[in-house]
Amino acid sequence: MLEVRNVSKSFGGLQAVSNASLVVERGCIVSLIGPNGAGKTTLFALISGFLKPDAGNIGFDGTPISGLRPHQICRLGLVRTFQVVQPFVNLSVRENIAVGAHTRIAGRREALEKAADVAALTGMEKMLDQPAGALTIAGRKRLELARALATEPKLLLLDEVMAGLNATEVRELIGVVRDIRNAGVTILLIEHVMQAVMKLSDYTYVLNQGEMIARGTPEEVTCAPEVVEAYLGHGAAARIAIAGEADGV
Amino acid sequence: MELFGLSIPLYGWQTVLGSAISGVFLGSIYALVALGLTLIYGVLHIINFAHGALLMLAMYGVYFLWRYFGIDPYLAMLVIVPAGFFFGYGLQRYVIGWASHGKDEIILLVTLGIAIVIENGALFFFTATERSVRVPYDLDGIDLGVTYAVYPELAALAGSLLITGGLWLFMTRTDTGKAIRAVARERQGARLVGINVDHIFAVTFGIGVACVAAAASLLVPTYPVHPQIGSLFVLIAFTVVVLGGMGSFVGALIGGLLIGVTEQLGRLYLGESLGLITVSLIFILVLLFRPNGLFGQKTGQGSS
Amino acid sequence: MSDRVRMTGWALLLLIFAAVPAFISSARWIDFLELTLFVAVLGQGWNILGGYGGQYSFGNAVFFGTGAYIQALLQYKLGIGPWAAMWFAVAGTVVVGAFIGYLSFRYGLRGSYFALITLAFSEAFLVLSRSLKSLTEGGRGVQLPLNQDPAQALAAFQFNFSDPFLRSYGFYYTILIILIVACALTWWMERSRFGAQLVAVRENEEAAEALGISAFRVKMGAICLAAAISAMAGIYYVQKFLYIEPGIAYGTGKSVEALFAPIIGGLGTVAGPLLGSFFIHGIGEIAKETLGRAMGDRPGIDLILFGSILILVLAFLPRGLAGLLESVCKRIGGGRDA
Repeated sequence: MLEVRNVSKSFGGLQAVSNASLVVERGCIVSLIGPNGAGKTTLFALISGFLKPDAGNIGFDGTPISGLRPHQICRLGLVRTFQVVQPFVNLSVRENIAVGAHTRIAGRREALEKAADVAALTGMEKMLDQPAGALTIAGRKRLELARALATEPKLLLLDEVMAGLNATEVRELIGVVRDIRNAGVTILLIEHVMQAVMKLSDYTYVLNQGEMIARGTPEEVTCAPEVVEAYLGHGAAARIAIAGEADGV
Repeated sequence: MELFGLSIPLYGWQTVLGSAISGVFLGSIYALVALGLTLIYGVLHIINFAHGALLMLAMYGVYFLWRYFGIDPYLAMLVIVPAGFFFGYGLQRYVIGWASHGKDEIILLVTLGIAIVIENGALFFFTATERSVRVPYDLDGIDLGVTYAVYPELAALAGSLLITGGLWLFMTRTDTGKAIRAVARERQGARLVGINVDHIFAVTFGIGVACVAAAASLLVPTYPVHPQIGSLFVLIAFTVVVLGGMGSFVGALIGGLLIGVTEQLGRLYLGESLGLITVSLIFILVLLFRPNGLFGQKTGQGSS
Repeated sequence: MSDRVRMTGWALLLLIFAAVPAFISSARWIDFLELTLFVAVLGQGWNILGGYGGQYSFGNAVFFGTGAYIQALLQYKLGIGPWAAMWFAVAGTVVVGAFIGYLSFRYGLRGSYFALITLAFSEAFLVLSRSLKSLTEGGRGVQLPLNQDPAQALAAFQFNFSDPFLRSYGFYYTILIILIVACALTWWMERSRFGAQLVAVRENEEAAEALGISAFRVKMGAICLAAAISAMAGIYYVQKFLYIEPGIAYGTGKSVEALFAPIIGGLGTVAGPLLGSFFIHGIGEIAKETLGRAMGDRPGIDLILFGSILILVLAFLPRGLAGLLESVCKRIGGGRDA
C-alpha cells in the first residue's frame, strides 16, 4: 500500500531523514517510533507531500507520489494528522469535519450529514455544534482524527494522536483507532505512548537520527539492543543485560 | 530606438549621468523616509501604513515652527525629532498595541486607520493648501558639471548617511539598541530574560517616528507641505524597505538610492508620467521573487 | 439564528429597499442611499477575498477601476452599447483578478505581503491609466456622451433624460440590483463547498491542504469572484456619472472604502458590508451636517470618523457589528428559553 524507498531529506547542514525505507501493508496498523528529533514527523511530511525528498521514492497504491502537493495526495486517499493539532478554531466541530468530507462530496448538506456520521465514529457526536476553539486537548485530537477520516482515506497517517491524553482517553482512542482499521483503513502512526504502540501495531519501525534502525513486532523491537541504545544512550543495552543476569542469580 | 511600440530616445552620457546623479539625491530622500519604516518592520514586524501620514504631520510641524517662530527647518530638528519620538512611543503603546491584540493583520488595519485619521485631520484643520518654507539658501548650490545640486539636496544626502550610521551605532553600541535587537530576534526569550517587550516595542516605534521627523526637516526646504505629501512617499518607502530587506538600514540606504536612480532614468527614457511605473514594477518583482530583499536569502515566503 | 429567520429578515429588508420610492422622494436622500449601497457592493467584493478568504487586499480599486474603464472605453472608443460592454467589463476584470491572483498566490504571498502587492498593482494601474494617453485619455479622463433622447434612455443605460420615475430612481434600482446579485452570490458561496474550503484556507492553510483542498485554486476562485463584484460597482459608477479618470478609478480611496464596510460591519458575513456601509455613512452624513458645517463645510471630517471607528471596531468588536447584533439576539433569545 505504501512504499517508502531510500528517502533522504536535509535542512541546511542537518540530515533529518537519511536513506530511510518503510513498507506498510494493506489493512495493517504500523507504528513508527523513535526518540525525539529522530525525524519521524519529517518523514510524515515527506510522505504527505508537505516536504519534497532530496532523494528516494515514495509509492502509494502503486503510483509514485513524491513531488505531488498535499491536496493531491489526500485525494488519492492518503491523509495525515498533525502532531500540533490544527483545528479551524472559528468553525464548529461539524463544519470542521465537513471540510474533510468535501474532499469527496460536493453538496454542502451531504457533507454536513457525513460529518455527523464521522463524528459518531470518533465519539464526538455530542460536541457537533461546539466551536472547535472551545474543545479540550482530547477533543481537539479526536477532531483532528475525525476530519482526516472524513476524507475517506485508504491510508491514515496519525502523528501522536495519544500525546497529552490521560489513561482513560488513551484507552478510548485505542478502541477508535482499532475500529477505523476494522472498517478497512490502513494506518501508519507515530506514537510515544508505548501502551498504544504495543496494543495496536502489527509491526513497528524504529527511526533514530534519521535512519531506520529496526523493524519487527513491537515486542521484538523493544528488546532489540540498538533500539534500547537509541533511547537510553550508548552502552545501555549491555548494562541492562548485565543487570538482568545479576537479577537472575 | 523603438521598443514595443514605444520610442526610446537616445541620450548623451552627460544627460544620463546628470539624471543618475539627481536620482542619487532623490534616492537619499527615499532612504531617509524608509529608515524609520524598516526599523519598525524589522523589530515589530509591522507594516506601518501610517508612516507617510506621520511624515506629513512632522513636515507640518517643521513648517509651523518656521512660520510662527521663525525657526530654520534644519534647526527645527531639535524640537521635532524628540516630539516625534514621544508621539510614536504613545501611538504604539496606547493605540496600536492596545487595539490590535497582537495580530499582524489587525496591526496592518490599525495603522491604516491611523493614517486615514491623520491625513484627513490635516485636511480638515490645515486644508489642502500647499505651504512652502522660504529659506535664503534654497536655490544656492554647487555645479557638478552634468547637473546642479542645491544645498538642501546635499543636506538630505548627508542626512541619510548620518542617520543610517547613527542608527547602526545605536543598535550595536547601546544597551537599548541591544535590547531592541534581542526583541527583534526572539520575543519570548527577551521577555523571559526580563526585557519589557511592550516598552521596547514602543521605544522602537518612537525611534522610527523620530527618524521620519528628521526626514521631514530635511525635506521641507525642497518639498511643499500638504495633506497628501505623505502618500507620495509611502509606496516608494515600502518599495525601498522590501528591496533592501525588511529591517536592514544599509539595505534601506542602498535600496533608496537604487530606486531614486531608477526612477530618474525611467523618467528620462519613458517620460514624466510613465517613468513612475518603474517603481511599481520593481516593487511587484521584488515581492514576487525576492521577498526578503536583494541581499536576503530567498527562503521565507511572506507569511502574515 | 436559523436560516429561516435570516431569510425572513432578508426578504423584509429587500421589501423595504424596493419600496423606497414610496416614502423617499428627496434627491439628497436617494443619493445617500445610492452611495451606501455602492460602498456595500465594493465592500462585498472585498469581503469575499478578505472576510471569507483571509486575504486582505489593499488594492481592490484595481477591480473597480478596471471594470469602470472597460465599461467606459468600449462605449467611448468602439461605440459598443452599455449593455453589451457590461459583460466585457466583468470578464476583463476577472482576467485582471486572475492575473494578480496567479502571481501573488503562486509565489505564496500571504498576510502583509499580499496587502503590499495588491497596493503595488493598483499603483501600477494608476500610473498606466495616467500615461497611456492614446488608450485612456490620460489624466483628463473619459467623458461619455450624454444621451438626450428619452426613448433611448434604457438602451443607453442613462436616465438623465427619461421619465421622471427613472430619472429619480433608475440608478438607485441599478445599484440595488447589483447589491442583490452580490449578496446572493455571497449567500450561495457561504453554503457551498467552495465557501467551506475558502474559510478553511483562511483558518489554516496547511490543515486545509492536508484535507485535500488546493489553497491556490480556492484563492483564485475568490479573487475572481471579488473582481467580478467590484467590476459591477465600476459599471454602475460609469453609467451614473458618465465619467472616469485615473484617480477615481485606481486611487487608494476606493481600496480603502472597500475594506471599511465589511470590517466594521462584520468580516465573513453576508450582511456585514451593508451593515457597515450604513453605519459609517450614516455617521459620516451626520458629522458633515453638524461639525463639518460648523467649520464651513471643510472636507475630511467623515473620514476622520471612519478611521477612528475602524480602530475602535478592531479593538472591541472583532466580529464587527454583525457579531454584536448576533450576540445581542442570542442573549435575548437565550433569556426567553430560560
